[in-house]
Amino acid sequence: MRTEIRICGFGGQGIILAGIILGKSASLFDEKEAVQTQSYGPEARGGASKCEVVISDGKVDYPKVQSPDILVAMSNEALMKYIVDLKDEGTLIVDPGTTDVEDVKDFIEEHNIKVYEAPATKTAIDEIGLKIVANIVMVGAITKITKVISKEAAIKAIEASVPKGTEEKNIKAFEAGYALAE
Amino acid sequence: MAEEFFIQGNEACAKGAIAAGCRFFAGYPITPSTEIAETLARELPKVGGSFVQMEDEIASAGAIIGGSWGGAKSMTATSGPGISLMQENIGYAFMTETPIVFVNVQRGSPSTAQPTMAAQGDMMQARWGSHGDYEPIALSPSSVQEFFDFTIKAFNLAEEYRVPVFVMADEVIGHMREKIVVEDNIEIVPRKRPEKVDGHIPFENIENGTTPMPAFGDGFNIHVTGLTHDERGYPDTNNPETHDTLIQRICDKILNNKDKICSIKSENCEDADIVIVSYGAPVRSVVEAVRRCDRKVGYIKIDTPWPFPDEQIAELTANAKDVLVVEMNLGQMYYEVDRACKKNSNVHLLGVIGGLLPTPDEILEKIDEIGGN
Repeated sequence: MRTEIRICGFGGQGIILAGIILGKSASLFDEKEAVQTQSYGPEARGGASKCEVVISDGKVDYPKVQSPDILVAMSNEALMKYIVDLKDEGTLIVDPGTTDVEDVKDFIEEHNIKVYEAPATKTAIDEIGLKIVANIVMVGAITKITKVISKEAAIKAIEASVPKGTEEKNIKAFEAGYALAE
Repeated sequence: MAEEFFIQGNEACAKGAIAAGCRFFAGYPITPSTEIAETLARELPKVGGSFVQMEDEIASAGAIIGGSWGGAKSMTATSGPGISLMQENIGYAFMTETPIVFVNVQRGSPSTAQPTMAAQGDMMQARWGSHGDYEPIALSPSSVQEFFDFTIKAFNLAEEYRVPVFVMADEVIGHMREKIVVEDNIEIVPRKRPEKVDGHIPFENIENGTTPMPAFGDGFNIHVTGLTHDERGYPDTNNPETHDTLIQRICDKILNNKDKICSIKSENCEDADIVIVSYGAPVRSVVEAVRRCDRKVGYIKIDTPWPFPDEQIAELTANAKDVLVVEMNLGQMYYEVDRACKKNSNVHLLGVIGGLLPTPDEILEKIDEIGGN
């Protein structure tokens, strides 16, 4: 089975790292195949950031996302821009602190989209004391909601991907995100 | 034990370079190749190598020629605008038979066009970019694993034939992340060094048309020049025979070994009505399109665009009514494929520019347009 995931938000939110962690979890620790791609412009920060991951039981040939099964939006601008590609009955995960699903209500109803709200930014600030780990909180929520990667693989991938010395805080952020979706 | 990594194509290229024995990198960072320079700046010093950021790409190409003659396996990485600046020194490297590796992570072109978008617009430039007759080797990876493997292969071929080798990647392969497996036993071709004997002839025609290469400081008193030179290395610019002998040897050492250098992969070509030919990132779209297509469609993946694998292409398309070339330019390797098919098949082009990888749907539409059964 091929699952296409698109994570989007502002530049600087750690969108790309969230996607790398999903890909790394699947391909190194869950014995699946994964490809991560991203698009960016010449500017370094701000603007829209988009990261795509394809996870499959078999070989991933075409590496880009065509119509995502899962859309994760961490900014309203990105939500509005990318919602139209989401598959019918697809999964939408949003951070209610940075998005407003009311703005895409019609699309959600027309296409039977399953909507989950994961307050990643608020949780990062309130529970970890660091806004910067909102992306890892979101990885926790994605893991629990979609089961596209296993919890064990996600933790190993986070440990292998975040800067040395920050592992503990990031795992805590992941657990907080995982608990959000329970 | 084999190790696994989930990394970017550009990081895999840098890893491959170090595994192949590269110990000198000189370059000028440019999107979308920058991560190769970044990774090597960090990793080369750890293995006793050197990294130099030069003032521009002209100097970068000169520096790696010097690095190679200094005895170190050397490379640079750039993109279209950089490789254009390097052309003068690329010709010099062919004339002086200097083993070096040029990695070109292709982006939208011409000029500075699209720094963050993918293209394959430099394929003919790799073949003919510098002035004069020469025979380049070029490899096109279509996965992160191949960017690692082909970088190693590029160093090996450079040493084997004493020739500059191009790794013609693109933004898609450079920036995407996939798993790679790094095996323990990687085959490396070490530099052959000459024995010090009286009357040593530095540009003699032995083994594969090449001769072992001394390093500066070894005491061989060798003259390295871009002028036409005899086998002792002395300039001899007015003698037609000296020029003919030199250039024929420089070309023949590649052409006479095409069967060893050329590499392709193919599937279902024997009884296909349509054979799709591609290289680099578009291979990924082609494979998916072929899998989804209910017609008799096969495909050829070219690993080595240069020297062009004419014979394999001719053989595998012999029974195909139509041949489709998919590439991210407005037709470059298309003309080579058309030539190789010798009018046995109708050769079509799906040339996609703008920066995005052709989609499987675009390829399937083109197959419908071509028709067939």
